[in-house]
Amino acid sequence: MSATTIDAFPAARPPAGPGGPRRVAGGLLDPAQLLRSTPDALRKLNPVMLWRNPVMFIVEVGSVFTTVLAVLHPSVFAWLTTLWLWLTVLFANLAEAVAEGRGKAQAETLRRAKHDAMARRLASWVPGADRAIEEEPVPAAELQLGDIVVVEAGQTIPGDGDVIDGIASVDESAITGESAPVIRESGGDRSAVTGGTRVLSDRIIVKITQKPGESFIDRMIALVEGANRQKTPNEIALNILLAALTIIFLLAVATLQPLAIYSKAQNPAAPNTEALTGNGVTGIVLVSLLVCLIPTTIGALLSAIGIAGMDRLVQRNVLAMSGRAVEAAGDVNTLLLDKTGTITLGNRQASEFLPVDGIPAEQLADAAQLSSLADETPEGRSVVVYAKTAYGLRERQPGELGLATWVAFSAQTRMSGVDISEDGTGTRSVRKGAAAAVMKWVRDNGGRPTDGIGTLVDGISASGGTPLVVAEHLAGRPARALGVIHLKDVVKTGMRERFEEMRRMGIHTVMITGDNPLTAKAIAEEAGVDDFLAEAKPEDKMALITREQEGGKLVAMTGDGTNDAPALAQADVGVAMNTGTSAAKEAGNMVDLDSDPTKLIEIVEIGKQLLITRGALTTFSIANDIAKYFAIIPAVFAAVYPGLDTLNIMRLHSPVSAILSAVVFNALVIVALIPLALRGVRYTPSSAATMLRRNLLVYGIGGIVAPFIGIKLIDLIVQFVPGIS
Amino acid sequence: MSSTTTGLIFIVSLLVALVAVYRPFGDYMYRVFTSARHWRVERGMYRLVGVDPDGEQSWGVYARSVLAFSAVSVLFLYGFQRLQNHLWLSLGFPSVEPGQAWNTAVSFVTNTNWQSYSGESTMGHLVQMAGLAVQNFVSAAVGIGVAVALVRGFTRSRTDQLGNFWVDLVRICLRILLPVAVVGAVVFIAGGMVQNLSAGQDVHTLAGAAQHITGGPVASQEIIKEFGTNGGGFYNANSAHPFENPTSWTNWLQIFLILAVGFSLPRAFGRVVRDNRQGVAIAVVMAVLAIGSVLTVNALEVAHHGTVPQAVGAATEGTETRFGVPQSATFASATTLTSTGAVDSFHDSYTALGGAVPLANMMLGEVAPGGTGSGLYGILVLAVITVFVAGLMVGRTPEYLGKKISAREVKFASLYFLTTPTLVLVGAAAAMSSASTRASMLNTGPHGLSEVLYAYTSAGNNNGSAFAGLGVNTPWYNTTLGLVMLLGRFLPIVFVLGLAGSLARQNPTPASAGTLGTHQPLFVGMVVGVVLILIALTYLPALALGPLAEGL
Repeated sequence: MSATTIDAFPAARPPAGPGGPRRVAGGLLDPAQLLRSTPDALRKLNPVMLWRNPVMFIVEVGSVFTTVLAVLHPSVFAWLTTLWLWLTVLFANLAEAVAEGRGKAQAETLRRAKHDAMARRLASWVPGADRAIEEEPVPAAELQLGDIVVVEAGQTIPGDGDVIDGIASVDESAITGESAPVIRESGGDRSAVTGGTRVLSDRIIVKITQKPGESFIDRMIALVEGANRQKTPNEIALNILLAALTIIFLLAVATLQPLAIYSKAQNPAAPNTEALTGNGVTGIVLVSLLVCLIPTTIGALLSAIGIAGMDRLVQRNVLAMSGRAVEAAGDVNTLLLDKTGTITLGNRQASEFLPVDGIPAEQLADAAQLSSLADETPEGRSVVVYAKTAYGLRERQPGELGLATWVAFSAQTRMSGVDISEDGTGTRSVRKGAAAAVMKWVRDNGGRPTDGIGTLVDGISASGGTPLVVAEHLAGRPARALGVIHLKDVVKTGMRERFEEMRRMGIHTVMITGDNPLTAKAIAEEAGVDDFLAEAKPEDKMALITREQEGGKLVAMTGDGTNDAPALAQADVGVAMNTGTSAAKEAGNMVDLDSDPTKLIEIVEIGKQLLITRGALTTFSIANDIAKYFAIIPAVFAAVYPGLDTLNIMRLHSPVSAILSAVVFNALVIVALIPLALRGVRYTPSSAATMLRRNLLVYGIGGIVAPFIGIKLIDLIVQFVPGIS
Repeated sequence: MSSTTTGLIFIVSLLVALVAVYRPFGDYMYRVFTSARHWRVERGMYRLVGVDPDGEQSWGVYARSVLAFSAVSVLFLYGFQRLQNHLWLSLGFPSVEPGQAWNTAVSFVTNTNWQSYSGESTMGHLVQMAGLAVQNFVSAAVGIGVAVALVRGFTRSRTDQLGNFWVDLVRICLRILLPVAVVGAVVFIAGGMVQNLSAGQDVHTLAGAAQHITGGPVASQEIIKEFGTNGGGFYNANSAHPFENPTSWTNWLQIFLILAVGFSLPRAFGRVVRDNRQGVAIAVVMAVLAIGSVLTVNALEVAHHGTVPQAVGAATEGTETRFGVPQSATFASATTLTSTGAVDSFHDSYTALGGAVPLANMMLGEVAPGGTGSGLYGILVLAVITVFVAGLMVGRTPEYLGKKISAREVKFASLYFLTTPTLVLVGAAAAMSSASTRASMLNTGPHGLSEVLYAYTSAGNNNGSAFAGLGVNTPWYNTTLGLVMLLGRFLPIVFVLGLAGSLARQNPTPASAGTLGTHQPLFVGMVVGVVLILIALTYLPALALGPLAEGL
């Protein structure tokens, strides 16, 4: 387990530029990867595989057709165009292959670790049985649901499961990248183990909770492999739109032919060109026009965008069970966040010593520290730490003081402290603990608490903090209260800004806490969350989710305990912590290997980025068509109707160079956009209007302008190719 | 005053008038669509046809009701024309030929009013009044009804009920169309329009020639021809005929009536979805496209650089001297921006690029403001497509008015915008493929191609205006144009109702700062852009070989 993350910005996140907006980013594209993926890309030319992508399938059919034509009527123009049409298909395959390659490489290392392992299956284990049970060696891949295996120090856990007996430290670095070992034990919320991780010490009995081939890692691999990938709802919808556009352009191009034949016949004096003869527009030009018009850019990159989105999650150590969940993350309206560990640091910490009755603050600090030395709870430790940082009191070790009797903190007494027998003065006792308990101790020892204490205690409670009273009893004198320690939740740094961003994105944040409403309110205000649910029981959480969903909202939450499972299952996005129980992991649709609840915010951003990338590239793809018309229409028809040369606003060199340039641009733009598809478009949390304006400007207007420039530049080069003039 | 100034006053006054009626007329229509009360006469009608006025219909039943009603209308109108020689007031005209009768029946039922006949020499008064004019009312009402059903789809949740077609039909006819028609007809008569049942009279002119002055119930048909965006003229010359459009102000009024329902429906839409800003946004999209179109035609007609237009000050060929170029150009734009198709000048005679604008108007799918109802549902479908692409760009599953636009909605919207281009392009290409059908073209070169393209565009979009210059009373054109009109009307209606049904089933998502604001100027601009780009991309090759080749 990554030591409960203290920083709200975990290491997996790229560092924010100074003052600049944060952005979600993915890995960079390695040029060598393009080369490595080429064989895969060639394999994907198989029409059976390409059929899944109708837009590219049409390009391939067109390429086959032009190849035949180029063989029958060879010319430099015909062969060059054919070559670039094939390259268009190849580039599309390459985009998918590269995306797959990156995801697979990551998933494959996980899988290898697991599959090489041999499991020691116990045939007839019953609780309490000793080591005498017979073992049989079984390959990890053949383990069935419900099998019971034993794993000892140095061995790899063969599959996902629950510890049902024993306790062990486990190295989970293979999947989390975190080198510190974690403790896994039977019962409770830390019983789940993941296949492929290694036991470092002790011995545990594990009950396998996965079916063969259905572990989290198997499912993850399926999500990043193009062939098995289930399309997400938005992807399906977008595919329908792209198919419709493709049909429209097929129609526009097919019906052009009779009109072209008629036009040519009307002007018999016009010479036949490589683009237009008495039989109409030539096959190669017709295919070129079609390929340029149909949305090849987005068609080529759509699948890569989806795979890369999954991959970005994997890079952040999140395993998604379905692409649908990632997409839903972008749509989330309400975010339920557990207070502890997500919004605040794990535990309450001492933040102030408040003395009463004129007692010097140093004296209170000294007593507070002394009384807390035997308190091993995080709150107790924080008192010692605070005394050191705020008052420079060195931490004294038990044993350092003379005849000291330590009173450890217990849930029954709700106090900790020490009795010190010092020479001459008799015994000095100090106690620290819950107000009621310490006050009773004071009274029991002849003291009479003053009003000052009561006022301070009430004040701290009202502000949402926890008051601890420190008291002292010197032999022979009545006990007296020295003052109050103010314990409070410490909100993680940067949370307020995060919630501010969420609000701008239209996401409602709700803090879930078991605290009383007063405390909850104070923390909610400090952290800047929109709302809170205090004194929350698991069923309250569930009720909140159902209520939000009935109002048409999508809800995301994190959870780890078994009692979170129903809510995780009900939520639209349920992120289970890897440290959590198998029940929780089964119920959620994502698992965070770092067990960092703050990750939810990043998951939402990745979901949004995925959708934005698709929308932006679709817009870009369609906007591109305008320039292509301006290149091709005059190139084909200016010979018949010289007036149409007015449309040749790019002043392209010749009809053939214009058509070839458009085709080349169309192919190159795919390659140029592969990095963008893999990385995702820049995403800065902001309101819908701001985001739309920006993306429209870049991908809409940019999409209109870019090809005019690109085609012109390519034409400047292409015109020097012999045979193209 | 120069003609440019008068033209500008003409356009601006129209705009002011349309803005003025937007609220009151839109609110009135909203009350008609949502009122729970039935008039007594309406109850009588429901009893007569055996309909429970308070029972609602799912999208499938609504669609079947539309189709059944329209099928009966086609059969009735066909029979009417075929039997007219046996009926009263036939003026001695023979039975209409089967091909032409089919074409005309389909044409009027689909709100197209494509006319391959000349009214004054083919149809008797009874067919005009009881056949054609009736369809002018009900076909307009069908369009509005379907639009209302779609709007209900946006506002309802977890239901499959979209309202009752029969109630919508009756109310729209009785409460919206009829009252305006009655008042408007009287106003038109006051303006000099003909209204009688006379067979006409033969007179000798001063020069001694014999002339037949026709009569007929013109004003009563004229009013609904414009108000219901039908466009089928009583006379062959349509609104260029002095009996059908006597003066400049009746011309103004006709244009106003053509645009009134289309521009005010968005207000009713805004009221129904409880956000008037949404209605304004849609109306502004329509207005931007319409104003752009009107100004472009005017500019191209008034300031053409050809020799003759330069000499006479504007491209006057084919225009009525009573109206002049700007008024004619504005009428041409209005009639093609809606599904009207009435004409007061001849689009065929426009300058090449000037004539391309009415063609492009229709290609837009007639959404600015479009036919009665069909304009609203057309633009809403395009808004759905825009929302889908734009919505993705803000990082959410796209939502329009709280309804998610996912696979099913995109499917219906895509089918909708595929239908008309398919019909138009396939029809025109087929007609241009065969020498026999090309023989109908009276012009050669790109202009001839424009004429054929115009005919199929007009039929596919249910406009009904003709570029002229094409002999369309042939079996091929009567049949194919009839089919194109039929499919171009009812396929989209089915898809729109399917979309409505799928929207109504959803639970709405509440809006947040992360939701795309569909009332904002940015979105308005985007819808305009999507409409223009989608149409340009679809039709540019065909336009390049027609008007562009001729005009550039």
